[in-house]
Amino acid sequence: MFYLPRSQLQNESSLSGEDLSAVDWPARFRELAASARHPALQQYYQAGVPAGSTAIADVPMVAMDFETTGLDPQQGGIVSIGLVPMTLARISCAGAVHWIVRPRARLSSESIVVHGITHSDIAAAPDLSKVLDDLLAQLAGRVVVAHHRSIERRFLSNALQARIGESIEFPVIDTMALAYRVRREPGFWQRLRGRKPDSVRLADCRRRYHLPFYRPHHAQTDALACAELLQAQIAHHFSPQTVLSDLWC
Amino acid sequence: MQAEHIEIVDFLRQHQPFTGLSDEVLQQVAVQISIAYFKAGQQILEFGAEINDWYVIRSGAVEVFRRNGELYNRLSEGGFFAEFGLLRNKRVRFPVYALEDTLVYMIPEPLFTELFDNNEEFADQVEVEDRTRLRQAVARREDANELMTARIETLVSREPVLLPAAATARDAAIRMTEEGVSSLLVVTTSDDQPMAASRLVGIVTDRDIRDRLVTPGLPFDTPVTDIMTAELTKVEHNQFVFEAILLMLRYNVHHLPVIKQGLPLGVIALADVIRYESQNSLFVVRSIFNAQTVEELTALASDVRACFSRLVAEDANSRMIGGSMAVIGRSFKQRLLEMAEEKFGPPPVPYCFLALGSMAREEQLIVTDQDNALILDNRFDPQLHDEYFSNLATFVCDGLAACGYTYCKGKVMATNRQWRQPLKVWEQYFSEWIERPSPEFLLNSAIFFDLEGVWGETQWSDMLNDLIRRKARSNSRFLACMARAALMRTPPLGFFKGFVMETDGKHTNSINMKRRGTAPLADLIRVHALAVGSAAHNSFERLEDIIEAGILPPGNGPDLRDALELIAMVRIRHQALDLQSGTEPDNNIEPENLSDFERKNLKDAFQILSNAQKFLKFRYQPGRAV
Repeated sequence: MFYLPRSQLQNESSLSGEDLSAVDWPARFRELAASARHPALQQYYQAGVPAGSTAIADVPMVAMDFETTGLDPQQGGIVSIGLVPMTLARISCAGAVHWIVRPRARLSSESIVVHGITHSDIAAAPDLSKVLDDLLAQLAGRVVVAHHRSIERRFLSNALQARIGESIEFPVIDTMALAYRVRREPGFWQRLRGRKPDSVRLADCRRRYHLPFYRPHHAQTDALACAELLQAQIAHHFSPQTVLSDLWC
Repeated sequence: MQAEHIEIVDFLRQHQPFTGLSDEVLQQVAVQISIAYFKAGQQILEFGAEINDWYVIRSGAVEVFRRNGELYNRLSEGGFFAEFGLLRNKRVRFPVYALEDTLVYMIPEPLFTELFDNNEEFADQVEVEDRTRLRQAVARREDANELMTARIETLVSREPVLLPAAATARDAAIRMTEEGVSSLLVVTTSDDQPMAASRLVGIVTDRDIRDRLVTPGLPFDTPVTDIMTAELTKVEHNQFVFEAILLMLRYNVHHLPVIKQGLPLGVIALADVIRYESQNSLFVVRSIFNAQTVEELTALASDVRACFSRLVAEDANSRMIGGSMAVIGRSFKQRLLEMAEEKFGPPPVPYCFLALGSMAREEQLIVTDQDNALILDNRFDPQLHDEYFSNLATFVCDGLAACGYTYCKGKVMATNRQWRQPLKVWEQYFSEWIERPSPEFLLNSAIFFDLEGVWGETQWSDMLNDLIRRKARSNSRFLACMARAALMRTPPLGFFKGFVMETDGKHTNSINMKRRGTAPLADLIRVHALAVGSAAHNSFERLEDIIEAGILPPGNGPDLRDALELIAMVRIRHQALDLQSGTEPDNNIEPENLSDFERKNLKDAFQILSNAQKFLKFRYQPGRAV
């Protein structure tokens, strides 16, 4: 995953420019299944999503992370995708997938420094359209878990738009949004003494739940890191009975 | 595209029991792992629940409990659990709770079983029966040293050269020259049986001809029986080479007849065993007897430590090291007593100087107290004689202290008049202790039941030992008191991070391996040994007698032997490390200085000791027939 500067992180809702909290996802998927033209996309929507009233313990999920060529979804492209299927009780490495794909946007040397995927790596890699069917099949029927949802949502949507002329919509359980919800705000006196609110960066969130340090910027490792973080957040602040509609957006 | 489980593979690679697996296998393991997070306090495994995975702790810590709620273990990063239930009936046997926020890796059962079956090193580490792992740990160490595994019979290169008891000294010399040997076995013969089946009555060596015939100027036709050594120190063919070395050191003999099924099989000489020993302890013992003053003896303390370090470096086992150190300690006493008799003149009445405790058990190390006592002749008259023996005792005890054997804190020393008494008083002491046992006394006095004469009328110590053996075994009240005293010191539960973990879950910074390990084991073995009437002193030898007597549950005897060897060796190795690093060795060990291997095996050994203590408590109850 790409780490945004703190100023942009703070301003998360304006960056995403979405308000999907009130969406009835099962109904929305039925509509999209009817309107989608690409067969893989049709199948993805037809698989549906669990109802918002489902307990989180019963929800099949998939943690997802992208490495990208830059921060701007309009200009940038996806370089790698990490997927790790999970439930609340188990993260399953057996179903984990990692793809390196060739972005249509230029790979900036700046981003190479971050994720370590080089020009020669992507020269041999397929275009996203080649793995699209597999990707959508992996996502089908599962709720996506991501840290900072707008990256995954908007990069994937733009990439699909560019390749099949259709975008994609999907619900996300955003561990960063959950971190905002549960973080302890410093009190008046603490603010006066200069105490900042807890950081919501992935590594900082993980440390608060005593999760081990992982080297960042590898899509599959970051997806795994995010999956573990969700388990920890639910264990500490929610319960296995918490319903999906409380968590996704 | 192939997923890369970088963080998982890296973690596995760094942790037992995965360290020996190839990257290819690790990758296969990582692909099949499931992961779960547990908040501190959350239950991870519930007793009786079905399980299909083996658990490895990625981060955090857990507590494993017995079914009755007793804490069984505390594990942190890299620890693993659930193998017991998994390999038995796929039901949880030990419930597990997260002690801290914990992330676990779950490895599916078919993969676990495959790793277990195909990787010996992995299986050794995870071995479900704790004792098997311990046994292998002990065995692997011993394999490293030929000395520990070679049997005496492998040294016997030729048939023994026999000589009839009727022969003369000249016959002996001729026979030695003809056969090219330095010793002959002297046997009584009769006409109706071959000489090889005859009774062994003595040994004569070329040195005997020099010292006992030529030097005193006896005629060549002196009967060989006049110059031979009749009190034979013998070995059985199937004893270990190191036992032969210890015997030679102890009795200062250079030839040992080897016996098989009661008949002489051959003779081994010092030269035969010398290649097994770097002349370590032999050299020190010789220096002790050559020392002319207490100062010269004191100067040998550093040689003793060097000898100890070398034995450890040569992978000697605890018995060899404990035995060698005891021989050295005994030699110090003997030489000091010789010096004392030179200084104060010959004793007014005969006496026997006693070694008690670890020296008598041949389990002495370098950090050791002196525990000793004096048995005096029954004609002893305090008015006339006590000053002499008081002076003698003071001389010896001060000398021992100067040589590094610190004074006994409990004052169990010959300088204490209470422990400087005629034989008949000693007999009363032991009768009293055994027939009217007082728990308070026995609590601190178990060492009196490990006693050995080192100088003078050593047969008196044999008499006391016989008395103990006769009276103790049938006295259930005495045995119950001894058992209760043996239960006062308990082992810890194990280790957790940098701490020693006690059974109540508390942590301490270090562990005294003597007080919490070897001493309670020796105490426990002593009680059983007294109950079965064993004449042995060494804990390993006592265990053999106990196993033979069949009083322990099956398998427990060998388990105890392995536990004793392991704990003793950890203690020994750490003392050797202290010496190496120039710090004063002691019995305390900080857990951070233990290897993973030592931690795991010590945990097993402590468990065996703890179970054995429970059995001891159950078996020796006052009034219960034994």
